[in-house]
Amino acid sequence: MLTEADQNLITVEIMGNRHRVPEAMTVIGAMWYTGHTMTRGVGCLGGVCGACATVYRTKDDFALKVGLGCQLKVEDGMSFFMTPFYPTAKPNYRIDEIEHPKEELFKYFPESLNCRNCNACNKVCPQEIDIKGAVKDAVKGDFQAAADKALSCVMCGLCVSRCIAEMAPNMIALYARRTWSVFYATKHERLDRQMADIEKGRWNDEWQKILALDDAGMKEYCKARR
Amino acid sequence: MDEFHARHASVVEATRAHRMKEAVPLLRDSDKEDLLARFHPDYKRDAYRAIRFGPNQGDETVHELAALLEGDSPLGQDPVDLSKPDYRVDVLVLGGGGSGATAALKAREGGSTVLLATKLRLGDSNTVMAEGGIQVAVKEDDSPVQHFVDAMHGGHYKNDPALLKVMVEDAPFVVNWLDSLGVLFDRDEDGNLKVKKGGGTSRARLLACKDYTGLDLMRVLKDSVLNEESIRVIEFAPAVELLTGADGAVTGAVLRNLDTDQRIVVQAKSVIVATGGIGRLHIQSFPTSNHFGATGDALPLCYRVGARLTYPGTFQYHPTGAIHPEQMAGLLVTEAIRSGGAHLVNKSGERFVNEMEARDVVCAAIIRECMEGRGVETPLGRQGVWLDIPVIDTMNGEGVVKRRYPGMVRKYGRHGINIATEPVLIYPTLHYQNGGVHIGVNCETEVPGLYVAGEASGGVHGTNRLMGNSLLDIIVFGTRAGHTAAERAKEVEHGNLTLAHVERFRAQMKAAGVTPETTSPMLLPNYVRRPSEAVETPA
Repeated sequence: MLTEADQNLITVEIMGNRHRVPEAMTVIGAMWYTGHTMTRGVGCLGGVCGACATVYRTKDDFALKVGLGCQLKVEDGMSFFMTPFYPTAKPNYRIDEIEHPKEELFKYFPESLNCRNCNACNKVCPQEIDIKGAVKDAVKGDFQAAADKALSCVMCGLCVSRCIAEMAPNMIALYARRTWSVFYATKHERLDRQMADIEKGRWNDEWQKILALDDAGMKEYCKARR
Repeated sequence: MDEFHARHASVVEATRAHRMKEAVPLLRDSDKEDLLARFHPDYKRDAYRAIRFGPNQGDETVHELAALLEGDSPLGQDPVDLSKPDYRVDVLVLGGGGSGATAALKAREGGSTVLLATKLRLGDSNTVMAEGGIQVAVKEDDSPVQHFVDAMHGGHYKNDPALLKVMVEDAPFVVNWLDSLGVLFDRDEDGNLKVKKGGGTSRARLLACKDYTGLDLMRVLKDSVLNEESIRVIEFAPAVELLTGADGAVTGAVLRNLDTDQRIVVQAKSVIVATGGIGRLHIQSFPTSNHFGATGDALPLCYRVGARLTYPGTFQYHPTGAIHPEQMAGLLVTEAIRSGGAHLVNKSGERFVNEMEARDVVCAAIIRECMEGRGVETPLGRQGVWLDIPVIDTMNGEGVVKRRYPGMVRKYGRHGINIATEPVLIYPTLHYQNGGVHIGVNCETEVPGLYVAGEASGGVHGTNRLMGNSLLDIIVFGTRAGHTAAERAKEVEHGNLTLAHVERFRAQMKAAGVTPETTSPMLLPNYVRRPSEAVETPA
């Protein structure tokens, strides 16, 4: 393994304080390396849970950039902080009580009509989702398009933090995706048939046989059917 | 292209055409057993020791877990006032992953008042990272019995048949439930639920949402829990000790708020432990695919109140954990990529195992290649073998990889690696706890009032879990735990809150002559650079 001496040290700014850390570290790695104990801001460490949303600037650039701290590599001159939580107004809805999902979108998310096309949400999304487009799709009634766009949303909340219309684009897209699946996606006859078969007890005789098998009998039974 | 790949991966491309024409046969049982015995980490003797007291006295497990099971309660020096609980509910659910969220919803449905307490955020879990899918028999030529046969065979015939039977028969009902909540499973061209084949299975029965199955599931379950105003959720408050009543029944728990360090006392008629896996114990120094909070808390908590463990020494190492670049070390490359046709390739460009063998066999084969000098070393000294993913496009047409595995494409894409055109390096990663707390078909343990669901429980998968059966396990048993706990709440009164079980445990410890090495549960791994190293380097 490379020792610290072999690794080049670079300078990063963590919430305003400068530190020297080995290059090729992740943001979270750099936090641990510099002695920060973290409870908030660490989740799956695999890039899909949205716990580690990180906002940063790079050397000599005023632009704000984003990434997920468990995957984002530090670079020399980077200044970052992590945003593990953002207050999000979330309407409560029961999926089994919804009757007209497209109309009810405006009951639960009336602010979804207020998008001013500023594109801040798209610019801040660490998953590069066209989340503005997803909101527009939902408002237009094209829930399938919204659902497709929002597949990889990790619910980090960065879009909520930037929206000038103060909506929660991630929550709107999730509503569209959930209701599209329940109301409009094709149904699954195969699943219904399996449930009916089980309720009728189609395999009960077989189960009786199987649960009475000893170890040797079980092996024989299974190998014969593989 | 990644610099390291550019320098070392050419042998993979050069041998691809040849490998595509090859058929690698499945191993005979005797050869499988030999391979496992020689190379699988579960068989490494010096990594194991006997548990010295308690319900599993004499059983062997890895040192890391034995230390936690024999660990002392963290409620030692600092007495907690148990006379005025902060919360009094019918059902306390510990854990905010798939099984915990499901249990909370089902307990609520059963009429209970519910508190869900989770160590990190609701949804921070191993569930959210699941990629490949959930198993359910749907095709004409498939059945729950066939599903049982596959899982029993994969589990080395150590599965609890009663648990396995209920899991495979509940499968279509729980998948239907997920569908009714809005989980968006992939459809095929005819509009039917699309099924894929997983390792070790004889039929295609995996349902997925591309390679984001766990994310979609967890997103929907979390949203459903939050939509239920009557389910109280407390985040960043893991349990540090269970509480028991006069008859030894579990009557509540003590939580610790990680932000404020304050203790929270919860009185509950039932406690459902759904705290997930053990990856962050880094057993035998393996990297892990697991989330930050996966420290096996269920095991010492339940062990201390007298619950027995099943197969406490068996762990699943997922064959394809990324090892390069270093930022991705331990992360899973979904098995779906192997069932989609990818090849495992050693340093010389050869395949060395049939990629669709069950996970433990594939792991042992990879470890063998590396130990016998046919592995590839990364710049930071990790050993592994190649996973030839581009062969999928070569066989099926350009664009297939990008379409089927968008999550994987993105994960590697962040680091400048295009998996449609570059192979990647992998090595087994600590992935899953096959065993766990012993349960019956309704998640009951020997201790009244204590239920366990999901990865923390043991028996249903035998000693080796098949792909797609964990997502199934958590929803099936989360459901059963929730229902059963709700029923119990209608039949019993709240019990006293005491730490009598801790006294009993300490007496057993003393009688066995054991000095605890640590307190348990661990709660979180510590990756902070140690104080002796942490000299501030002037910037």
